[in-house]
Amino acid sequence: MSETVKQHAFQAINSALHQAMADDPKVLVFGEDIADREGGGVTGATIGLSTKFGDQRVKSTPISEQAIIGAAIGAALAGYKPVAEIMLMNFTTVCMDMIFNHAAKLRFMSGGQSTVPITIRTLTGAGWQTAGQHADHLEGWFAHAAGIKVVAPSNPADYGGLLLSCIQDPDPCIIIESAGTLFIPGDVDTVQTPIPLGVANVVQEGTDVTIVSWSSMVVRSQMAVAALAEKGISAELVDLRTVSPWDREAVLASVAKTGRCAVVHEALRSFGPGAEIAATISEELFGKLKAPVRRLGAPECPVPFAKVLEDAFLVSVDQIVAAVEDVAAQG
Amino acid sequence: MADHSNAPAPSTETLVDIYRRMIRIERNDDTIRTAIRRGKLVMPYYSARGQEVIPSAISTLLTDDDTICTIYRGIHDMVAKGMPLRPLWAEIAGRVDGTCKGKGGPMHLTHPETGVMVTTGIVGSSMPIANGLAWAAQLDGSKRVSIAYFGDGASNIGAFHESLNLASLWKLPVVFVCQNNGFAEHTRYENGTSVDFIAKRAAGYGMPGYTVDGNDPWAMYAAAHEAITRAREGAGPTLLECKTFRFLGHVLGDDDKYMTKEEKDAAVAVDPLPRFRARLIADGHATEDQLTAMQAKIQAEVDDAMAFGLASEFPSVEELRRDVFEQEIAA
Repeated sequence: MSETVKQHAFQAINSALHQAMADDPKVLVFGEDIADREGGGVTGATIGLSTKFGDQRVKSTPISEQAIIGAAIGAALAGYKPVAEIMLMNFTTVCMDMIFNHAAKLRFMSGGQSTVPITIRTLTGAGWQTAGQHADHLEGWFAHAAGIKVVAPSNPADYGGLLLSCIQDPDPCIIIESAGTLFIPGDVDTVQTPIPLGVANVVQEGTDVTIVSWSSMVVRSQMAVAALAEKGISAELVDLRTVSPWDREAVLASVAKTGRCAVVHEALRSFGPGAEIAATISEELFGKLKAPVRRLGAPECPVPFAKVLEDAFLVSVDQIVAAVEDVAAQG
Repeated sequence: MADHSNAPAPSTETLVDIYRRMIRIERNDDTIRTAIRRGKLVMPYYSARGQEVIPSAISTLLTDDDTICTIYRGIHDMVAKGMPLRPLWAEIAGRVDGTCKGKGGPMHLTHPETGVMVTTGIVGSSMPIANGLAWAAQLDGSKRVSIAYFGDGASNIGAFHESLNLASLWKLPVVFVCQNNGFAEHTRYENGTSVDFIAKRAAGYGMPGYTVDGNDPWAMYAAAHEAITRAREGAGPTLLECKTFRFLGHVLGDDDKYMTKEEKDAAVAVDPLPRFRARLIADGHATEDQLTAMQAKIQAEVDDAMAFGLASEFPSVEELRRDVFEQEIAA
């Protein structure tokens, strides 16, 4: 019997991993410091797994990101479903060859013979003064690589349900765990259900303007929606949940209804996923738009250290409110 | 050069088998080069002429269940492993009957039925994936062995070092086979590699490492026997540095200015193919007529494969959107 409990994201991830490993002996979990001997992961997301499932299926690795993703690919080619943790998203840059040239392309380059059902879990996000090399949101990099799915949940239940889908998916997935979402508790079922990839969630219905967001910025956008309501503006909030492939139908349906849209993400605004979404909306709904699609993202600079700069780097609730007000006033 | 006197001497049958694989590689290589020169094939071609002994000796010790990961100069590894020539030719010609439906081409052939799991165009990237295949064999409790083929230049990229460390730490059933032909693209060995023998690097990772005369079938067989036996018995990885020479430069059409005519002539003068043939006959393992008949039969097989490959259709443009993910994706 499933019950609903209050959990934060890492508890939901932990219970989803326990569930996936119990359900399928082909699921493997590995990465730096992830076994219980090393503390069950820097965030505790993998606590208990090695004790329960043994040190063959749950392995701590050396600090060797290329070796980690390579081993995941090879094991996947031989029929396993590896869940590899790359401790922080910036460290994916040192194994980009394995992810981009191999994991994402082997199915295509082999004419469909090879399947690489790996899941990469990785943590990132500004707000913790980790500065330039520990906090980048790189979903746009991965979304630009055909052949890998990019998942970016915003609440505990979605973390668990989307992770289960990633593990079951026949293709490589990267799931971004974002600092801005980690310690906000939410309702999670004790037996979690997979949430389909590529399907957005309408968090809040509204009529005046659509806010499209994902990951940490959904949290801020929710606050903005509440503030906008007090100003008499009805905003519809669409949580994309999967950045690639993204739910074009849901977004287009919402914007067709409201006629206005703002895309809000933590990644840099320039060349960010918001540009793809805004361009698609413009192509598909040009005649129905009452205002140009607005993009909000980080300024074009590395993540800074000084708190005052880091605060200015992240899109604020006030900025979302101001931008949406401006969009809503048009047309 | 290492002494592997504990390994059994290859039988007559094995020696002839090694020679058969070498001739298949050489006839195939010669026919491909002719086809390119006559304009029947358009492809970048990295000939492995001169390196036939290495995978031929190794492959006599492998079954179809054992896996290889190889590189862009790896057609000899695939042919030695037993990849059928008809789909091989169709693939290098970019045709629909190719191993990968023409979507991988000469640098990305895959043929899981004969254990050819990955062919990669990125120097050094065969090793991390070979580890994963070896890990899967270990988890399965099988005796499968994973072979990683790579060149001397690859021993200088990070993936080499990460892979050897992980394989040694996890005692993976993998054999790292460095085909040291003395040049990394155009860079002479000593200008790119800090040690006089790559095999020495094994010591840094707690595994045996041997430098072998990669043009000597007896030495290659003995070293491979020891390494593969060690892997099958669960004793962990081995690094084999197999000294050889590539007769045709880096890529077909290369003008070889980075090597002296004398050293090339000296290497070609001791071409392992005619040398081995003479030894087989002199030692009574085969007669001249038998080997000549074998060669004619293999040439007929290669000619048939070429005809098959060139007669195959090109893939339809719909293939662009297939095999990106398991499920076909929308445009």
